[in-house]
Amino acid sequence: MTTLLLAEHDNKTLKDATNKALTAAKALGADVHVLVAGKGCRPVAEAAAKLEGVNKVLLADGAAYEHMLAEPVAALVHSLAPGYDAIVAPATTTGKNVMPRIAALLDVMQISDIVKVIAPDTFERLIYAGNAVQTVRSKDKTKVITVRTSTFQATGEGGSAPIEEAASAADPGISTFVGEELSKTERPELTSAKIIISGGRAMQSRENFTKYIEPVADKLGAAVGASRAAVDAGYAPNDWQVGQTGKVVAPELYIAVGISGAIQHLAGMKDSKVIVAINKDEDAPIFQIADYGLVADLYQALPELAAELGKAGR
Amino acid sequence: MKILVPVKRVVDKDIKIRVKSDNSGVELANVKMSMNPFDEIAVEEALRLKEKGQATEVVCVSVGPQQATETIRTGLAMGADRGILVKTDKAPEPLAVAKILKAIVEEEKPGLVILGKQAIDDDCNQTGQMLAALTGWPQGTFASKLVIEGDSILVTREVDGGLQTVKLKGPAIVTTDLRLNEPRYASLPNIMKAKKKPIDEKTPDAYGVDVSPRLEVLKTGEPAGRKAGVKVKTVGELVDKLKNEMGLI
Repeated sequence: MTTLLLAEHDNKTLKDATNKALTAAKALGADVHVLVAGKGCRPVAEAAAKLEGVNKVLLADGAAYEHMLAEPVAALVHSLAPGYDAIVAPATTTGKNVMPRIAALLDVMQISDIVKVIAPDTFERLIYAGNAVQTVRSKDKTKVITVRTSTFQATGEGGSAPIEEAASAADPGISTFVGEELSKTERPELTSAKIIISGGRAMQSRENFTKYIEPVADKLGAAVGASRAAVDAGYAPNDWQVGQTGKVVAPELYIAVGISGAIQHLAGMKDSKVIVAINKDEDAPIFQIADYGLVADLYQALPELAAELGKAGR
Repeated sequence: MKILVPVKRVVDKDIKIRVKSDNSGVELANVKMSMNPFDEIAVEEALRLKEKGQATEVVCVSVGPQQATETIRTGLAMGADRGILVKTDKAPEPLAVAKILKAIVEEEKPGLVILGKQAIDDDCNQTGQMLAALTGWPQGTFASKLVIEGDSILVTREVDGGLQTVKLKGPAIVTTDLRLNEPRYASLPNIMKAKKKPIDEKTPDAYGVDVSPRLEVLKTGEPAGRKAGVKVKTVGELVDKLKNEMGLI
């Protein structure tokens, strides 16, 4: 019985999503091997080897894996699959892209976005934007699983697993990487931030995010998020979107500003420990789930909040 | 080039679903059903490619109950040319749907299959990637832009850190994200015209696909609830509570 965990990384550093998915992988009860596929990514493999409870790290270093394109990575994992009972990845855009391709190559039905491991073959997952919880049992020989990282604690260091080179599989050669535009920010990443402040349609412009939301974020060391309405309107980039179809987050503190609380947004943040809502509409649904609600105009409340945080020593 | 667009009948996005009291599933009787919103985006993208002269025919496929005909008609009213209904009263899983779609791909030989990235009922996000695996075609998932250049398809993808562009060697599978386009509304004359467009009816058996589920649903329950907390009157009071009551800041 062995579980293979596909590591999330950028060829330089191991991402926190891996530590969280590792917690779920260990809950399956078997040994865990971590696969680091990428280019020039030995430092990532070394980081993975230090994680508590990892028994072995497989390093597949090759140009075809540099950008984690689904076609070569699925071929690689498929070639390694016979040695494993379960294949696990965090439900990041990389995991969501690659894992169903692996599942279909193995003729198994993937279990997407699990929030709980009940038994090695039984899991809880959310459906209908988190409005229902399904308990499912897989009858497939190999379990292919993606993990909702916001519901699992990150595994820390404390191991020293051996690193082995994995033989690469033939690249199907049907896809190539052309380019990327990645957001550059000094702020923490949304999915691992302890505090998040998000803006909605009421922000009215990209400039207002910069002028009103970001100063508060900087005082709190918070990540900045946005509702789908704000992203659709072009006020915020797509990678800021929190919700059913964006990122699912569960920080210690989530501050929703000018967000009414559509079901699809709540699906992405309602597991946050403490939720603060600032909205001028006192009937906004977001107040029904907020621990602290402030009925106020955001254009007054946010500068005041920045000032109060300054006074409080932030 | 022909474009195949699979569409799914789901509970309308604006309906708040209810879990059945015996935990056997979600209440679907007498609930408004619509085309999965991501699939509407897929239909729209296919139609735009046809209007640009880059596609010749748009075929909508649905795997589902007899009523999924209505979902196909929605696509036809938007402008698709014809439909295929693969009728089954079981709720087939993404793997089974992908196998049926693969058989249809072999029959219809499209140059492109455009699917929604996920259905808003089961939130699986699998069918497109699985179809890509089974056909051996490349995949451009979570697309916010799609450009056809000769035999290649350039797809800009919404990824966690921003945007990534990949070049796929056609034929290919593309799944849609929200920012790809804004789907059109069907006009009344087009709704009338759609009634005359052909829809073929098939069964999973005809394609030799077993739709028995691989995942056994043991229980469908309510998620842990969350209660409304308190309203604070001022920003000062809010900061005080977060700092002194919760120790968060």
